[in-house]
Amino acid sequence: MTHKDSQLDVWEVFIQSKSGQPYVHAGSVHASDVKMAMQNARDTYTRRGEGTSYWVVPSKHISASNPDDNEMLFDPSNDKIYRHPTFYVMPEGAKNI
Amino acid sequence: MTKQEALYKYSIRLGDDALILGHRLSELCSRAPFIEEDLALTNISLDMIGRAQALLAYAAETEGKGKDADFLAYRRPEIEYQNHLLIEQPNGDFAQTIARQFFVSAFEYLFYIELEKSKDATLAAIASKTIKEIKYHQQHAAEWVIRLGDGTEKSHAKMQHAIDDLWMWTGELFEMDEVDNLLIKEGIGVDLVPLKAAWYNQIQTVLTEATLTMPEDGYMQTGGRKGAHTENLGHILSEMQYLQRAYPDATW
Repeated sequence: MTHKDSQLDVWEVFIQSKSGQPYVHAGSVHASDVKMAMQNARDTYTRRGEGTSYWVVPSKHISASNPDDNEMLFDPSNDKIYRHPTFYVMPEGAKNI
Repeated sequence: MTKQEALYKYSIRLGDDALILGHRLSELCSRAPFIEEDLALTNISLDMIGRAQALLAYAAETEGKGKDADFLAYRRPEIEYQNHLLIEQPNGDFAQTIARQFFVSAFEYLFYIELEKSKDATLAAIASKTIKEIKYHQQHAAEWVIRLGDGTEKSHAKMQHAIDDLWMWTGELFEMDEVDNLLIKEGIGVDLVPLKAAWYNQIQTVLTEATLTMPEDGYMQTGGRKGAHTENLGHILSEMQYLQRAYPDATW
C-alpha cells in the first residue's frame, strides 16, 4: 500500500451517544490499520464521555451521492405531502422518533 | 525503617516514575509523526502526570511535614528523585519512544493489578483508577512494536535497534530493597519476583508476533531507586523545575 502524503489512510468515525441511538458521524482519523483506527478514534473523539460505542469505517468504502444528481435524488419527495408521516398522532411517552 | 518511612519512599518512587515519563512524553507535544499520534502520546502523558499527582500528594501526606505534591515535584534535587533509569531515557526516534513505553507499560500493567489488592486503601484506589489507563498505554505501545517490527525492512531494523538499546535498563524494574520487603510483609507492597516471569512472557509474545528477536540478558544498569541517575534526569529537571526555581511560589 502506498501513501502519497505519508499520512496513512483516512477512516470515518461514528459514535453512538447511548444504547439504542443511531451512530452519528463524528469526524475522521488517519490510520494504517483497523487497530490503529480504533485507538486514534478513541484518542480524538471519545475522551470526554461522548458515547458508549463507536465504529470506524475506511473512507474509501463509503460511497457518496453526486451533488449534480441532487434534483433527481431529493426534489421529487418535496411536493408529495403523503411522503411525510405528518398525519399520525404520536403516542405520549414515545421518545426518539 | 518504620512502616511510615517505607510508605513515603514507595509512593515517591511510583510517583517519580509517573512524573518523569509523563514529562518526557509531554516533550513530544506537537512533534509526533502525525496528529493522531500526537494526541495519543500526550493523552498518555496526561494520564501519567495525573497519577504522579495522586502519588506525590499521598507521599507528602504520609511524610507529614507540610509539603504538597507540587513541592515534591518541583523543589527536590536530582539525587532525591527515585525513578527507574529506563524512565528518564531520551525520546530518541519514534521506535525508541515506543520501545521505552512498551517495556514500562507492560511492567506497570502487571504491577498495578497487584497493587490494587494492597491493604493500603489509598494505593489500592490509585491503582484501580490507573489500571484502565495503563491497559490502553500497553496496547498502544505493543501494537506499534508489532506494526513497526513486522513492517518494512527499515522499520524492523529501527524497532529491533531500539529494543536492544534499551534492554539494559529493564533489569532495574524488578529490583527490590528494604522498602519493598517491609511493605510486602505488611500486605501493602507488591512482590516483584513473580512479575518478572510474567513480564518476560509478555514481551516475548509481542516480539515474536513482531518478528523481532528477544535481546539476550547481559549487564543490567541500576541506581535509579537510590538517586544515582544518568545525566538525562538533570536535563529534564532543569526544564521542568525552571519556573518554581526562578520564581518560588509563583501562582498561575
